[in-house]
Amino acid sequence: MSRNGLRKREPPTDTAFLLTITICMFMAMYILAVIFLGDKGFSKPQTFFNLLNEYAALIVLSCGLSVVMISGGIDISVGGVTALICMTCVVYLEDAGGGSTIAIAGCVIMRVLCGTETQVYELHNLVIVAVVLGCLAGMLAGAFNGILVSVFRIQPMVATLILFTAGRSIGSMVLGGNKPMVHVDAFSYWGNFIPGIPIPTPIFFALAGVIVIFLVLKFTNLALYAQSVGINENASRLNGLNPRSVKMMTYIIMGVCVGIAAFLQVSRQSSINPITITKNIEMDAILAVALGGNALSGGKFSMAGSVIGAYTIQALSTTLSTHNVPSEGVPAYKAIIIILIVIVQAPVVKEFFGKFWGNLTKKSSGTIRKVA
Amino acid sequence: MLDNTVLSMRGICKSFPGVNALKNVDFTLRCGEVHALMGENGAGKSTLIKVLTGVYAKDAGQVYIKGDEKALTIKSPQEAQNLGISTVYQEITLCPNLSVAENMFIGRDKDTIVNWRRMNTRAREILDTLDIPATPAQQLANCSIAIQQMVAIARAVDMDCKALILDEPTSSLDENEVAKLFTLMRDLKTRGVGIIFVTHFLDQVYEVSDRITVLRGGELVGEFLARDLPRVELVSKMMGKELDDLESISGGKASIDAKLDQIPVLEAYGLTSNSGVKPFDFTIKRGEVNGFTGLLGSGRSECVRAIYGADRVTGGQVKMNGRNVKIDEPFAAMKHGVGYLPEDRKRDGIIAELSVRENIIIALQVMRGFFRPFTAAQAKAFADEYIKLLAIKTASVDTPIASLSGGNQQKAILARWLLTHPEYLILDEPTRGIDIGTKIEIQKLVLELASEGMSITFISSEIEEMLRVCSRLVVMRDLRVVGELSGEDLTQTNIMRTIAGNEARNGRYS
Repeated sequence: MSRNGLRKREPPTDTAFLLTITICMFMAMYILAVIFLGDKGFSKPQTFFNLLNEYAALIVLSCGLSVVMISGGIDISVGGVTALICMTCVVYLEDAGGGSTIAIAGCVIMRVLCGTETQVYELHNLVIVAVVLGCLAGMLAGAFNGILVSVFRIQPMVATLILFTAGRSIGSMVLGGNKPMVHVDAFSYWGNFIPGIPIPTPIFFALAGVIVIFLVLKFTNLALYAQSVGINENASRLNGLNPRSVKMMTYIIMGVCVGIAAFLQVSRQSSINPITITKNIEMDAILAVALGGNALSGGKFSMAGSVIGAYTIQALSTTLSTHNVPSEGVPAYKAIIIILIVIVQAPVVKEFFGKFWGNLTKKSSGTIRKVA
Repeated sequence: MLDNTVLSMRGICKSFPGVNALKNVDFTLRCGEVHALMGENGAGKSTLIKVLTGVYAKDAGQVYIKGDEKALTIKSPQEAQNLGISTVYQEITLCPNLSVAENMFIGRDKDTIVNWRRMNTRAREILDTLDIPATPAQQLANCSIAIQQMVAIARAVDMDCKALILDEPTSSLDENEVAKLFTLMRDLKTRGVGIIFVTHFLDQVYEVSDRITVLRGGELVGEFLARDLPRVELVSKMMGKELDDLESISGGKASIDAKLDQIPVLEAYGLTSNSGVKPFDFTIKRGEVNGFTGLLGSGRSECVRAIYGADRVTGGQVKMNGRNVKIDEPFAAMKHGVGYLPEDRKRDGIIAELSVRENIIIALQVMRGFFRPFTAAQAKAFADEYIKLLAIKTASVDTPIASLSGGNQQKAILARWLLTHPEYLILDEPTRGIDIGTKIEIQKLVLELASEGMSITFISSEIEEMLRVCSRLVVMRDLRVVGELSGEDLTQTNIMRTIAGNEARNGRYS
């Protein structure tokens, strides 16, 4: 029966194997870049940090997205939601004392955080409130996606397509087509440098994000629950899990990650254009997760893989730009290299190398026997 | 190669990481014979079949097909099919989201354009010939498992096959359906088709088989003519030891009687669910083993699913140890100390890509809570304990459960529930599709657990097995409880009579 082959699930991806390949590719790429583009600054450690800096947002996003993917979902609304969150932050920062809904929500958060005596324009207060507000907006968007996926059982791709298409235009509509600047000084610290500290602030965020996710995975059952739901929903339910809430939870976690990422992005630029901000970041995030060796169908996962995947993508973009590739051409070149990486990771190739290795060891053991 | 040989396999070897699944196995299938392939779990039956059908690549050995002098390498199921080797697997491998007709013809049509009318007409003809109660346009998922199985067979039969492999085809069929299948097999036999028949039911082997090949631990024990091999000898060849174990399990009948007056562990009154089962009453006492019996589709599984909260409960009342409880979802049942081993292992039981360890600890882990994961060492200790206790054959605790044999998967699921130390354990077809040795182990375990005070509901399609294990049987017909038998009344004849009711048994219940 021809269908037998198709019905069989793919064997579990050998996450470690794929991860190794990604790391090797990354190292090779970086070393090549150092050799050939050394004069353009690749030999300096500063470049390494710059890479981290520029794609701190992508790293945080990829971590969130891996969590969603473990449970068999996917989220392509990242870009749209980012635009929404950026819009929220900017509107709040410009209009903190005003009467708009966002400003009122901000006031509530501020009062909760700092007590009722706090004044709106004290330094940093405002920015911290904006972060929390951003995360809340992200969670809301995540919950929206989560409800569509888990309660209404809409396919994740379709469900998240809604905010993917609508997010940017909602943001743009709320801003009335303007591209406002933020005039709070402290705000730009977050996306650039805190005065006196040489390491860019987003790196701390990326680091913190990775550490938090790591701790969550270590001290909760998130991974086990999400994997279990991603692989077999029926069995998970019979083992007492509630697949709905597990899926919901993954989307909300994703929302928080998007919130942080969006905040970093808007703070770096101090102004936003909802239509272009973090353009195509959802695809980069999915790619990062895939490069990290995570199965898009759910199940096995590697958080470290996602982080390195995100880093690889950024390294690629930066290398290409440094190499005087025009910015419109970058995605095309990127595609070529990504195809290479994905092919090297493919099961077929893996099997081939497996056999190759097997033959090598067989031969060597044969010779050993002869010698003995 | 002799003239009447359909296919022969010589010196087949196949190993997986940590396991030698096949060691130098020979197998010969002749024209017009039903050849039973026998062996315990992990004996290598499935592996041999998968090598033959191109699912696995063999490590060594030759395969010859009739009409070809050269040894062949079969690389894919498609290729095997083109060579005239058709397979019906133990677990249904059709597409539940397609219609019956589509399932019968998918992947076979060379034409790009589908002629729906012709396809449906042809499908109807085949279904009618084989007397399968399904319509071509029906979605496969809406058919019962038995009918899905028969559609799979119909598909295989309709293809021009020289060799038909039936891997546990009868494990989900009731007697009428089995009889029908056997008629079909005999019919195919007279047309010269060679049939490889894999089953755990000894009766069925002797009913249709001409020849028996026995495997044990990946090695060939031998090929025998069915009429020359007494049943006891076959069993001892499969198990590799003399068999008095079968006899030593005496019924659990003695185990309860003394405790009749105590408060039941679980009482259900007028319980019903959205699966369509009619309201039923049910009680079970501490240390009791009882069971639901009835034909396939009579509502056995639906009853226990309602008790466990696996289906949406729509009415009735449940008491545990005399107190009212509300069990509306599996988690609530688990909290009240109820465990449930589901009927369909592949769909509801295993979490395929997760390791044996994770599969074993998951239920206990869920009960323990989201914020309190077991450490790796704890989880491993639990898994190791139960792997040893139940003698689960696995390369390591980190092996994905999907790569274990069926019986060992079942043991792992059993381990999952034993680990939660339930007060009341529901086992729905725990012995389906697993070998006789493991069956006996499970039966023994059930009685042992009951003697330690656990209450167990045991469901099986094999009445002998139920009689051996249960002290009380609830009999079902058409989603309704029609009787309850215990003590002296608990005999095979009585069960049959109750199932059949007043009318003579002529219809099929499914």
